[in-house]
Amino acid sequence: MNGPVILDRRSVLAGGGALIVSFSLRGAVAQEAKPQELKPQGPKLPGSLATSPYLDSWIRIDADGRITAFTGKAELGQGFRTAFQQIAAEQLDVPFDAIKVITADTKLTANEGYTSGSHSMQDSGTAILHAAAQVRALLMAEAARRFELPAENLRSENAAVIAPDGRRLGYGELVAADVLHVQAQPTSPLKDPQSFKVMGQPVPRVDIPAKVTGGAAYVQDMRLPGMVHARVVRPPSYGAELMEFDAAAVEKMPGVIRIVRDGNFLAVVAEKEFSAVKAMHALAAAAKWRESAKLPNQNDLPNVLTRLPSQDFAILSRSDPSVTGTRRLEATYTRPYQSHGSIGPSCAVAQFADGAMTVWTHTQGVYPDRQAIAEMLGMPQPSVRLIHVEGSGCYGHNGADDAAADAALIARALPGRPVRVQWMREQEHGWEPYGPAMVTKLSAALDEAGRIADWNFAVWSNTHSMRPGGAGSLLAAQHIAKPFAVPAPKPLPLPEGGGDRNAIPIYNFPNAHVMHHFIPAMPLRISAMRALGAYHNVFSLESFMDELAGLAGADPVEFRLKHLDDQRGRDVVEKAAQEFGWSRDRKAAQNRGQNLGYGFAFARYKNLAAYCAIASEVEVDRETGRARLVRAVAAVDAGQVVNPDGITNQIEGAIVQSTSWTLYESVAFDDTRITSIDWQTYPILRFNSVPDSIKVHIINRPGQPFLGSGETGQGPAAASVANAIAHATGKRLRNLPLSRKRIKDAIDA
Amino acid sequence: MITLKVNGQDHQVDADPDTPLLYVLRNDLELNAAKFGCGLGQCGSCTVIVDGQAVLSCVTPLLLLEGKQVTTLEGLGTVAAPAPIQRAFMEEQAAQCGYCIAGMMMRAQALLMRNSKPTDAQIRAELEPNLCRCGTHMRILRAVHRAARLMDTADAAGDRSIR
Repeated sequence: MNGPVILDRRSVLAGGGALIVSFSLRGAVAQEAKPQELKPQGPKLPGSLATSPYLDSWIRIDADGRITAFTGKAELGQGFRTAFQQIAAEQLDVPFDAIKVITADTKLTANEGYTSGSHSMQDSGTAILHAAAQVRALLMAEAARRFELPAENLRSENAAVIAPDGRRLGYGELVAADVLHVQAQPTSPLKDPQSFKVMGQPVPRVDIPAKVTGGAAYVQDMRLPGMVHARVVRPPSYGAELMEFDAAAVEKMPGVIRIVRDGNFLAVVAEKEFSAVKAMHALAAAAKWRESAKLPNQNDLPNVLTRLPSQDFAILSRSDPSVTGTRRLEATYTRPYQSHGSIGPSCAVAQFADGAMTVWTHTQGVYPDRQAIAEMLGMPQPSVRLIHVEGSGCYGHNGADDAAADAALIARALPGRPVRVQWMREQEHGWEPYGPAMVTKLSAALDEAGRIADWNFAVWSNTHSMRPGGAGSLLAAQHIAKPFAVPAPKPLPLPEGGGDRNAIPIYNFPNAHVMHHFIPAMPLRISAMRALGAYHNVFSLESFMDELAGLAGADPVEFRLKHLDDQRGRDVVEKAAQEFGWSRDRKAAQNRGQNLGYGFAFARYKNLAAYCAIASEVEVDRETGRARLVRAVAAVDAGQVVNPDGITNQIEGAIVQSTSWTLYESVAFDDTRITSIDWQTYPILRFNSVPDSIKVHIINRPGQPFLGSGETGQGPAAASVANAIAHATGKRLRNLPLSRKRIKDAIDA
Repeated sequence: MITLKVNGQDHQVDADPDTPLLYVLRNDLELNAAKFGCGLGQCGSCTVIVDGQAVLSCVTPLLLLEGKQVTTLEGLGTVAAPAPIQRAFMEEQAAQCGYCIAGMMMRAQALLMRNSKPTDAQIRAELEPNLCRCGTHMRILRAVHRAARLMDTADAAGDRSIR
């Protein structure tokens, strides 16, 4: 070899020599640079244009008229591929079906980091919105030049620019002059929302037809020529060391191609998938590990966490000495470790050929994961290409990145052959990085008028992201003979925050103090899980609001409105209450008996993204303690709506998933091993607990920024259910999950 | 060699008799719909229909299937000519990530084949073994109700187009 093979956008350009509008070379080089080095001078560009400013990084029009929109974000089942296609079609004035969307691929798309934090619409959707609008303007200008007419006399329609005299130039003809190879402007000639034909419509998702007919839709469905199947034998517990193993018998098993061992990393490769599974079991039985008992006492987790050394940050300190409270309340809320619990265990396919590594993966971040995998392999980043292919829903940082690293490590041992690694159920449950356990301590005082005069909130938490950036975040890199150290955890910065996400109240309290106790030590492997700390913080904050409303003798909805100045927040609260029939039905429920309860909760995700209010009706079986969400009504304001059915789908899903987390879920472990390793030991919501109805009401904000709706429901759904249980039973439960036993014990106490 | 009848066609399969049906469907027959979810019979994402019954293909060895009729989601219809259950799931947009959906559809199909007018309670009870993590349950229920209506009308038999 003369040098490392280059698999990034630069080589595409250099080798392309196309007359069509291609990626800009400078833009491609910029992808590799540090973000601060490529920020253009002047006003900040909208969305991810700020870091990838060239229009042709987002919209490409080929000479034959084909139109492609690019996103560096990964479709995870949220449906944004369809929404982005709507945005591009609307702003370009082309039919929806005329556009193809290419998602995260280190060779083809911009570096948009991770697909996380409900940022896809805000970052990538906004970039495509503005890029498409500016591309359309450039095409109009180019047509005006060629027609020798003022641009304002022209109109665009169906992928062509049309002159008053009927002359028309297709977009494909117009781009031949390379007019899209320019940096974006800070402002764009966006279309008037009143004129939208595609944006704002419930366009059916483009990925669903394949998914309901057996089409190839997931990385699990890939079958490359010559592909072999690998299984990893993971250690039985964190930090376990492989002392000895008898490879000989396993190597002789039919179909086994290779056993790959590197330190504590052990894997087997076979021609057929079930041969690999059988060999994995044989290898696991033959391997001897040295384990150490170092997991904390699960039953004392809140004390374990609050006694660990912490870095303490006062993240809000607001004082008004003229206001003092008289009636005081205190409460502590806890959350256990919880699992992402993807239905499909993680999977990846990798191929090492001619000095280059290609990995097909359902990672949420192709660029950061590439950096980590390249570091692990000791390869230059440009020689490693990561291509996002959908997997099972992940809801954050599950095993995807680790499976990608496993596949790459094994593929390097078998040059030329594509290697498919499929994690087993117990590996996903046992090794995924969990949503961190958390503790919150709240106290507040009411003034004589029943208003909150003084508010104190303290949260203890690990970081909420240990995503790759370096190799040390990858299991394989931690397990090999020359391991990479797990990087030091860092608190995620405000205003979005991590453990302190949504710890700062949106309500107007004259005295308010919020402390973030960041715990660097991580007894269990943890990382980002949908909504990060906002799930527990909103559960705590909105539960406590109900407790205080009770102390004040106030209706929970009126009590919230009394402290809420944000008009868009008030709008979702009032909408959810009205559509639920809050004041009418709540009184009626109380008359119907003691087994029904009504609950309400509200949050603005991260205090800067989508607003969501949820009213719930929960029934509690007083004999068994079983709680079931019967009915939920949500109101959501996610800014300008692109696909209303997509938002509804996200909120419906958030309510059901968060209800499952809230009522049932807790990672279990003994002093050495994780013991919740399948669906028997980690039960989640099943159809017998599905609500009778969920209604989602969207408040559209035409012309306003996209706010993203993927995570805004998690916290409000939890608190709404908890408040309804408290209403039904008269007992307040503050430790998640609100399990049947805890409810029963509370009723009997 | 074992003869396996899948979606109306005989296949000669060269696999060990203890191989779970799921791996044969996915790898030997290159059918995508049945999914590996747990390999333990706990989640239902591998559900297929064998002689009219919903079966968990991840825990059903090949040796038990000689002479039986296996149906997968691919055997029901296509994007161009979807079966009522497929049309219903498209019309209700009953998927988020969609990984569990093929299994859901096959279990619902097995129900609808023996009970063309199931109650909501019967649908919920039938789908109990199948897990969805995205929380798409409300749409799945609506889609199964819709499929029952589609199957019940002559329209479904005569017109298999999506819209």
